Amino acid sequence: MNIEYIGLKEINGPLIVLDGIRESCYEELVEIHCNENDIRTGRVITIEGDRAVIQVFEGTSGLSLSNTRTRLTGRPMSINVSKDMLGRVFNGTGKATDRLGEIYPEAQPDINGSPLNPVMREYPRDYIATGFSSIDGLITLIRGQKLPIFSGAGMSHNQLAVQIARQAATMSKSYGIVFAAMGVKSDVAEYFKQSFEESGALSHVAMFINLANDPIIERILTPRCALTAAEHLAFAHGMDILVIMTDMTSYAEALRELSSSKGEIPGRKGYPGYMYSDLASLYERAGRIKGRPGSVTQIPILTMPNDDITHPIPDLTGYITEGQIVLDRGLEQKGIYPPVSVLMSLSRLMKDGIGEKYTRDDHAALAGQLYASYAKAQEARALAGVIGETDLSPIDKLYLAFGRQFERQFIGQSKTDSRTIEQSLDLGWELLSMLPIEELDRLDKKLLDNYYNPHI
Amino acid sequence: MSSELKIHGINGPVVTIKGRTSLGMLEMVYVGDNRLIGEVIGISDNHTVIQVYESTTGLRPGEIVTPSGGLMACALGPGMLRSIYDGIARPLEKIADISGPFIKPGLDIPAIDIERLWSVEIRTKINNTVTPGTVIATCQETPSIIHRIMIPPNLSGRVVYVASSRQYKATDKIVTIMNDKGERHNISLVQHWPIRMPRPIAQRLPINEPLITGQRVIDTLFPIAKGGASAIPGGFGTGKTMLQHQLAKYSDADIIIYVGCGERGNEMTQALTEFSELVDPRTGQSLLDRTVLIANTSNMPVAAREASIYTGITIAEYYRDMGYHVALMADSTSRWAEALREISGRLEEMPAEEGYPAYLPSRLAAFYERAGRVSTLNGGEGSITVIGAVSPQGNDFSEPVTQNTKRFTRCFWGLEKSLAYARHYPAVNWNLSYSEYVDELSPWFSKEVADDFIDLRAEIIRLLNEESELMEIVKLIGADLLADDQKLILEIARIIRVGFLQQNALHQNDSFVPIGKQYRFMKVIVALYNGAREITARQIPITRLKERGIFDKLIKSKYEIPNDELDRFDQLTDEINADIRTVISEHENEG
Repeated sequence: MNIEYIGLKEINGPLIVLDGIRESCYEELVEIHCNENDIRTGRVITIEGDRAVIQVFEGTSGLSLSNTRTRLTGRPMSINVSKDMLGRVFNGTGKATDRLGEIYPEAQPDINGSPLNPVMREYPRDYIATGFSSIDGLITLIRGQKLPIFSGAGMSHNQLAVQIARQAATMSKSYGIVFAAMGVKSDVAEYFKQSFEESGALSHVAMFINLANDPIIERILTPRCALTAAEHLAFAHGMDILVIMTDMTSYAEALRELSSSKGEIPGRKGYPGYMYSDLASLYERAGRIKGRPGSVTQIPILTMPNDDITHPIPDLTGYITEGQIVLDRGLEQKGIYPPVSVLMSLSRLMKDGIGEKYTRDDHAALAGQLYASYAKAQEARALAGVIGETDLSPIDKLYLAFGRQFERQFIGQSKTDSRTIEQSLDLGWELLSMLPIEELDRLDKKLLDNYYNPHI
Repeated sequence: MSSELKIHGINGPVVTIKGRTSLGMLEMVYVGDNRLIGEVIGISDNHTVIQVYESTTGLRPGEIVTPSGGLMACALGPGMLRSIYDGIARPLEKIADISGPFIKPGLDIPAIDIERLWSVEIRTKINNTVTPGTVIATCQETPSIIHRIMIPPNLSGRVVYVASSRQYKATDKIVTIMNDKGERHNISLVQHWPIRMPRPIAQRLPINEPLITGQRVIDTLFPIAKGGASAIPGGFGTGKTMLQHQLAKYSDADIIIYVGCGERGNEMTQALTEFSELVDPRTGQSLLDRTVLIANTSNMPVAAREASIYTGITIAEYYRDMGYHVALMADSTSRWAEALREISGRLEEMPAEEGYPAYLPSRLAAFYERAGRVSTLNGGEGSITVIGAVSPQGNDFSEPVTQNTKRFTRCFWGLEKSLAYARHYPAVNWNLSYSEYVDELSPWFSKEVADDFIDLRAEIIRLLNEESELMEIVKLIGADLLADDQKLILEIARIIRVGFLQQNALHQNDSFVPIGKQYRFMKVIVALYNGAREITARQIPITRLKERGIFDKLIKSKYEIPNDELDRFDQLTDEINADIRTVISEHENEG
């Protein structure tokens, strides 16, 4: 059907209102012709009889109540997907921007996806070696997991993400990386591109880029386009796809901006009440399907406003994702890379993806002991801050020393250092041997006999 | 009255129809050409509001809304155990057969498999008088559970037809009854019940028995009663889901209803695979044989999330009416409250606190009040225990969902981030948590476990309290300057924390601990404390006892002593006494 509607009823921020519409359907895609060369796209977000509210992806600047012609397409927002997307660069709505022409579509899926039936999910169990002791040893990443990086402005999350992608994704025979940039600065996007290029992975990367000054509605679509591409590559082509999404904070800000222009009742800190559901509709698109090869693993990156982990964005993210890698400014300032705050970090899928069948028999218990001992080291450090290091009891002094070495050797590693899981676990035992055996209350006798070997 | 109801407006999951309609409040309707399932949630003179349980993408104004004629109801009958449903009780396995890995909208599949055959034993005779709840037949639903087919709550009369005992499909007629007006009703294995309405009972009974969960911090310190309600609030990463899974696995309820409400898909997959592999320690059968799973994951439609809690509790009430003890785990009620908020926002209702609707407390109360120990309509006894996880925003327990949940539950297991960070699981904070059921359950513990159970429990709590007071001092001056009897309290409290309260869900001897072993463990800890006080009373440094390794031995005993070798606690007690005598005699010899 090719009816065009001339003019608009109302313009409000990124939203336009049309009257007298027949046959519109909810969430369908519309084209808005402003003049010959300016064709914008939008989506129906509310219908009230013959009136429709449409959000315009490219923004409404330049639109007036009389200079537009609007055409309904009758289908929801979808993008062209194909295996050829790897190696290409797209904008936030999935249009190629690298001057290599449009891709030849293998399919045209709805970008909102459909919920994956829990019965058809394959529970993720294969661990991914990232080469970082802190992550492999204590926050093990599993294929098909969604594990975000909680960072703060100015910390080294981008380097960490690139290095994980470089060292981990390439482990699979058939791998791909989907990179979604939402509201990032152009030099950050360039950094990712360059890093992928240097590591020779660029031909395996599909990039969806929405820069900081691009329209916010496009930002809402960016992760959806990227995940739609990732699902296609993973489940139609059986590839192991790693999706890096940065920066989820910009995404959530865009969601808030859109919500307020729609006049919705705000929840906490002005974010819309449905932000949990909205974020879940992205994060839940990670996983594996029973009886099919391929997986979607997500590493979303978010910068915690003011380093506050209770802020709604990290808070809701943490409730949805399967753990989190938290970066710590204190460690960063000590020059420790990657500055992973292991006590606050967690991988929920770790317990089923490690152990004898996957990594090593001592892995779970060793990780538990390292956590517990490092937690005690932190207590000793707090106490030393009050009464001074010299007044500490001998055992607290040992813990203090353990904590320092743990941060320096186990958490910290050089940017080119990629450790195997055995190296990481052996290093863990070496550090534990700084402590007397009575203190190791998480380890049973068999493991201690096999691995514990005190210095002195 | 116009027969055609047409969609006027669409806003997310909320659809409106213009003009007066004959639709009833909470009536189930089919929306649009795809026949999406919806429910009427608001009626006024000029429009009717419907919430739709599926994605409304692609819906058009002008499409037809078809009334179903009944309230939003759940089909109840044999075959629900071992099943996994979505929020409006559609079997997810059937959905997967039809629509593949991804869930497509517009599938109306009954909760009960109507093809499957059941071996039915008829339990009634012609001319018997039957009343609501009367058991007319039974069938073996799973190896561990007998399904009792009851007269639905709204029917009674005289039996005029009885089928013979043999195999039937769920919808086959097995009994016909005639009521006193002479109306005949055919009764099959299936009945329907509106999910938002509590099923009737004869009367409520006072609680008298704990739900034994095998988790020491719960059973011993903060026990929950069969028929009670408990809240588990905790920030993300504190182990709510892990604890809920443990409770679902090991609670001594007959039936478990596990509602995954707005949570992770992989977790439900995990529950499904893990429960089918694990063996119920009480029956020797698969854990899944007593479990109904309801999975409305966070990316499934939000309105169905709101319904999932009611679907779950309706199924729980149905099994309760058969005379079973049912435990319902809801993870997480905050997502349900958020779904309420989202729908309320779309309806442009006036918000109360943090955008939640003003009726949040009354909805929470209505839900938790469906828990309880009751005498059923057929004179039996059953109970529903509700354990609701709460996900407070920003780990702030003062937010509306946590606060209102606290008002309607009598047991509170507060999970704390700092404990989880130190990998102290279950991360139940002993200073924050409480159970109001302790007094009511004391007689049971005294009778079934031991006379001194409650006294020992009080002693454990006292030691933990003293420790937290002492820790305030330690934080300022360090532990070295404390007196020896205070140091002893710190040492014993460490055993309580690391040994007793911490429990390793992955260790075979520690994942589930019977109440008898919990008692023995508690008793040996208090025995060590009392014995060691004799040492401090003689001014002997407590390190002398500690050096003998008995403290660490006690902590590790939870791994070393299997659940069926409780005699070894006697050996442990003997060792403690021997160590204490040695320390004292060595001191006296030196002196």
